[in-house]
Amino acid sequence: MSAPLLEVTNLTKHFPIKGSMGRTVGAVKAVDGVSFTLEKGTTLGLVGESGCGKSTTGKVLMRLLDPTSGSIKLDGEDITGLKGKQLDGFRRRVQMVFQNPASSLNPRQSIGAAIASPLVEQRIKVPGGIKAKVADLMDRVGLRPEHANRFPHEFSGGQRQRIGIARALALDPDVVICDEPVSALDVSVQAQVVNLLKDIQADTGVSYIFIAHDLAVVKHMADDVAVMYLGKIMEQANKRELFENPRHPYTRALLSAVPSVDLDAALTERIRLGGDLPSPSNPPSGCVFRTRCPAYELLDEAGKQRCSTEVPAGAMACHFPNAPLAATVGA
Amino acid sequence: MTATASKPSEQAKAKPVATGRSLLATAWMRIRKSPVAMVSLAIVVGMVLFAILAPVLVGIEGQDPNTTNTSPEVLDNFYTPGLPLPYYMYPSAEHWLGVEPGLGRDLFARLAYGAQVSLIIALLSTLVSVVLGTVLGAAAGYFGGKIDMVISRIMDLFLAFPHLLLVLSIAPILQSRLSGTALARGSFVPIASLVIVLGFFGWAYLARVVRGQVLSIREQEYIDAAKSFGTKNWSMIIKQVIPNVTGVVLVYATMMIPTNITAEAALSFLGVGVKDPTPSWGQMLNAAQAGNWYLQDPWFLAVPSIALILTVLAFNLLGDALRDALDPKSSR
Repeated sequence: MSAPLLEVTNLTKHFPIKGSMGRTVGAVKAVDGVSFTLEKGTTLGLVGESGCGKSTTGKVLMRLLDPTSGSIKLDGEDITGLKGKQLDGFRRRVQMVFQNPASSLNPRQSIGAAIASPLVEQRIKVPGGIKAKVADLMDRVGLRPEHANRFPHEFSGGQRQRIGIARALALDPDVVICDEPVSALDVSVQAQVVNLLKDIQADTGVSYIFIAHDLAVVKHMADDVAVMYLGKIMEQANKRELFENPRHPYTRALLSAVPSVDLDAALTERIRLGGDLPSPSNPPSGCVFRTRCPAYELLDEAGKQRCSTEVPAGAMACHFPNAPLAATVGA
Repeated sequence: MTATASKPSEQAKAKPVATGRSLLATAWMRIRKSPVAMVSLAIVVGMVLFAILAPVLVGIEGQDPNTTNTSPEVLDNFYTPGLPLPYYMYPSAEHWLGVEPGLGRDLFARLAYGAQVSLIIALLSTLVSVVLGTVLGAAAGYFGGKIDMVISRIMDLFLAFPHLLLVLSIAPILQSRLSGTALARGSFVPIASLVIVLGFFGWAYLARVVRGQVLSIREQEYIDAAKSFGTKNWSMIIKQVIPNVTGVVLVYATMMIPTNITAEAALSFLGVGVKDPTPSWGQMLNAAQAGNWYLQDPWFLAVPSIALILTVLAFNLLGDALRDALDPKSSR
């Protein structure tokens, strides 16, 4: 078995909190020990609620932020310390689609120039010329190549996201990190963009890291899914397994919260999480989810004691997967 | 007949299929709808053309800015108390704006050549300020940290200086230093020294404004996007950051030009700027004031004053209109 395309081990990103006189008095643990692998041609969905560190993970993977510790291996080579030319080489292989189609494009740059800019900045010689390549890319994402001279404000949100995708594809990357690429779009447009991403994957064999908070979109896109909470991965599994047989109490709570148009399904039990997300600068000891966990309530003293110890590392960060859940907690 | 008939169809063919509306195109659309802005623009363009075409216009008039006319008749008439000024002090077919008292040089010719000098000094010194202010402001805002610290303190220093005093003392020093060199030809030295002095003292305010803008631009997602494909720092500043501050810079530049026109006039009026025989509007004001001529011949003072006021007002109103036109929040 060969090495996975992308292997992330124990990735952490802490933002220091500066006190008076510039001393470091603490850290926001935005990403705290995240590990996963990504195979060629597949999609890993990264889900979680706001503030769980999924976007920070994406930015660290793209090397827009430097990790505090941990390793990111692309084809077995650690890229966390790369600089200069080697970092450029990495950037040619990993690209990103951003969340906000309104601000991810320079308003003073024509979209043709925006799509060409990765090629220009990386000084890549394109056989047949950059213009032809840009036209080809625009065609591929469903834009009319003759619109290359227009500016971003002349396009709709969905079209702008297509422009962002074309820009990310300009370097023919192996991995595209999609940071909530459809969360700012209308539902009907979301489907178009998601299908476009899937078509591109079928054509080119590109791998995606698909960051989202919308479980339905992830279910449609991903092959594997990792559920994040407070900087850590709670449960990671094959998509079908995770959606049909969720084991972690947090995953089960999340899935039960997905709205359904099926009237019969609406009558099934809905698990509500009480309380607020704990501060990532001072997370609970042991299992970070225990303060809001719907299973924790029903555990005996020994069980609760066990929850405040370090949870097992790996795909299931829980001492008691499949434990019975309280219907409502802390409400 | 056939040639003119075929024109519209040709134009339709040549029209590009789909071009985006750039920043300036949008601004132009809005300016065209404002009568004040259009009148100001017309005055500004007119003044620039007046300066550029000075040799042609003065040639048509048949005069010269340096030919003196000190016939006893002129001087005698002028110096006779109680008598009205002779006709050639006022606009006439011969001298379109009359002649100077004293030396009797043609006023129209001096106004036109003076416009050249005044506008060149104002435009070049504004250019110096804009380039310095934009680059340093963008660098301070984009890099942050120590670079920001150093540039910001230099800005503070420049803003804290009493400009006029410093300019008054530096301009003569610069002129005397330059005048010994090979550069000292014609009016180059006084013009260059004014450009340097005004340019170097005008950048700090613009730099501060640009820095503020860049601080917010730096947090935009398209900067992250540009980083993600490996854009180098200076490429980032030139291609991603500066295009997004051009609106602000353009407005400030338009406001800075009249300030520099006035500053040139003030310095020349005070005698440290452009000196006789080189004409500039400030020098003309200085000449009108120097011999108390303006008491007997107010017209001599009025000519450069009106030109100055008109130009400064037009630039200021144009700057205002430009600011409104470039503001993305204002309605079309």
